[in-house]
Amino acid sequence: MNKSLNRLSYPYLLWTFIMIVIPFFLIFIYSVTSSKEGSPVIFQFTFDHYREFFSPSNINILNKSIWLAFQTTVYCLILGYPAAWIISKINIRKQNAIILFFILPMWINMLLRTYAWQIILGRSGILSTFFNIINIKYEGILYTDSAVLIGMVYNFIPFMVLPIFTTLIKIDDNLIEAAYDLGASTKETFLKIIFPLSLPGVVTGIILVFLPAVSSFAIPRLLGGGQYVLIGNLIEKQFYLLGNWNFGSAIAIILMILIIISMMFMKKTDELKSRGGGTLPW
Amino acid sequence: MKKLIEIKNLSKEFDGEIVLKEIDLTIKENEFVTLLGPSGCGKTTILRILAGFETPTTGDILFEGLSIVNLPPNKRNLNTVFQKYALFPHLNVFENIAFGLRLKKMKEKDIVQKVKQMLKLVKLENYEHRNVNRLSGGQQQRVAIARALVNEPKVLLLDEPLAALDLKLRQEMQYELKEMQRQTGITFIYVTHDQEEALTMSDTIVVLNNGLIQQIGTPIDIYNEPKNRFVANFIGESNIISGIMIDDYKVKFEDYIFDCVDRGFHFNEPVDVIIRPEDLSIVPNDNAPMVGVVESIIFKGVHYEICVIVNGKEYVVHTTKNATIGDIVGLTVEPQDIHVMEVGVVLNE
Repeated sequence: MNKSLNRLSYPYLLWTFIMIVIPFFLIFIYSVTSSKEGSPVIFQFTFDHYREFFSPSNINILNKSIWLAFQTTVYCLILGYPAAWIISKINIRKQNAIILFFILPMWINMLLRTYAWQIILGRSGILSTFFNIINIKYEGILYTDSAVLIGMVYNFIPFMVLPIFTTLIKIDDNLIEAAYDLGASTKETFLKIIFPLSLPGVVTGIILVFLPAVSSFAIPRLLGGGQYVLIGNLIEKQFYLLGNWNFGSAIAIILMILIIISMMFMKKTDELKSRGGGTLPW
Repeated sequence: MKKLIEIKNLSKEFDGEIVLKEIDLTIKENEFVTLLGPSGCGKTTILRILAGFETPTTGDILFEGLSIVNLPPNKRNLNTVFQKYALFPHLNVFENIAFGLRLKKMKEKDIVQKVKQMLKLVKLENYEHRNVNRLSGGQQQRVAIARALVNEPKVLLLDEPLAALDLKLRQEMQYELKEMQRQTGITFIYVTHDQEEALTMSDTIVVLNNGLIQQIGTPIDIYNEPKNRFVANFIGESNIISGIMIDDYKVKFEDYIFDCVDRGFHFNEPVDVIIRPEDLSIVPNDNAPMVGVVESIIFKGVHYEICVIVNGKEYVVHTTKNATIGDIVGLTVEPQDIHVMEVGVVLNE
């Protein structure tokens, strides 16, 4: 790269430094220090916040968060892959329209959309009105695990569909014809050619869904109610309610380390699968 | 030789546009058949119908006497080599070639042996574990051929397989393909727009234009006895002259009556006369049947391409003897090198 192009990157480097590196450094500092009583400027180095996290109740919350994010990811994949597959098969005009339908809701504020689910799922909501009309007893599932899961899947499914769709439409039709030509049935062609070639999209989708899902706090609160506490809610509570920035930072760092480990694991499995070529975009 | 494939009255329309019209073609066992024609002539469509990727609008295809038009591609005993290779990018060389064998649930030991044998045939020994994306175009093409041949199909369909290679490699591969065909005894159906390729490799050439078969014959037939102007123009260079058939073995053009080897025309019937550039010779202008002025000379390596204007018409001559621009020269041609065709047998041009 030549010098003038190099210089063009300076603003971005500065931006990254101010918006990512410094805040991250601050969070790290917060997580390993505690302020002395009555004196907010004197810090004292400590690992207490990390130790404090590993209490049974917190571990429980962490497990619950990971489990919810895992379920969300699995449902998004089960529902999203066929959707992406169908969209990739229809003609290009309809394709653009349907993709727009997937993106359009994302232009509306996420909280608003989640409030809408409250109305749909609630005791006197649209769903219960509907069930009452056809004489089925329905108590409403708002403030249950199912409600949270529905809200999460609804919110994150576009992030699964879009990357899978992108990899599917890039698969050369000749490859599919070649597989048929060599004797593969439709099912074998899918399992041996189409699915392996769409794996980079699947992995991207899983990351794009799992990462925000594991730390989400708005959807669980609105659809799960006040007693529904996830790791995201725990962090939020430390900062907003209890003012315990040090403990909040420590939880954030722990979560980050877990995410990095799981991403490295995903990358490793993907490398094992791709024997011939075709690597992940990162 | 036994009939292997019979194409009967095959037509194909795409959105009301006719791309193939009443194709009748018989392909024998162990034959190297080339479908030759300009782009858009329907040659690739025939191949895709044979492979099962397209269904014909009307007509039938018999494979060893049985109709295959309703058979899906994976149930047909033929394999395709695609123009852009279509190698599976997530599999290495070995797995690409083994793909068809694995589907047949063959034993691992046999698979290894067959793949190795194929790699030897296409001269890619020890390439098993290479990433197909890092192979050169020529190597990828060899893998594609091996992947198709390893299934021991009765027929191999090749869709312009050499089009993406450079000239030198293309010529090399032409000989190798012909050699592979001879070794394996598999019928090759080869699609190309390159007349030189067709002449070099084929047992039979099928010349197509606008969805119609123009001529079927051996390379020698097609070159020496083109049936119409299109074939004459498409295969090699030609001087096409309007003449009149005076009598059997007598044709008149350029105000001179030439002896020829054609007969059976009406007396004084207008005909098209074809003379290949290499069949014209430059002679001293006294007593020559045609006299003209040398207009241009191009050196082509093996020969000179000399343009001679006779009575305002341009004649192309290929000769090893040089001439000078502006010279007045005579042109002559041997009786057996004059090809006389009926006028107006041009199909659908």
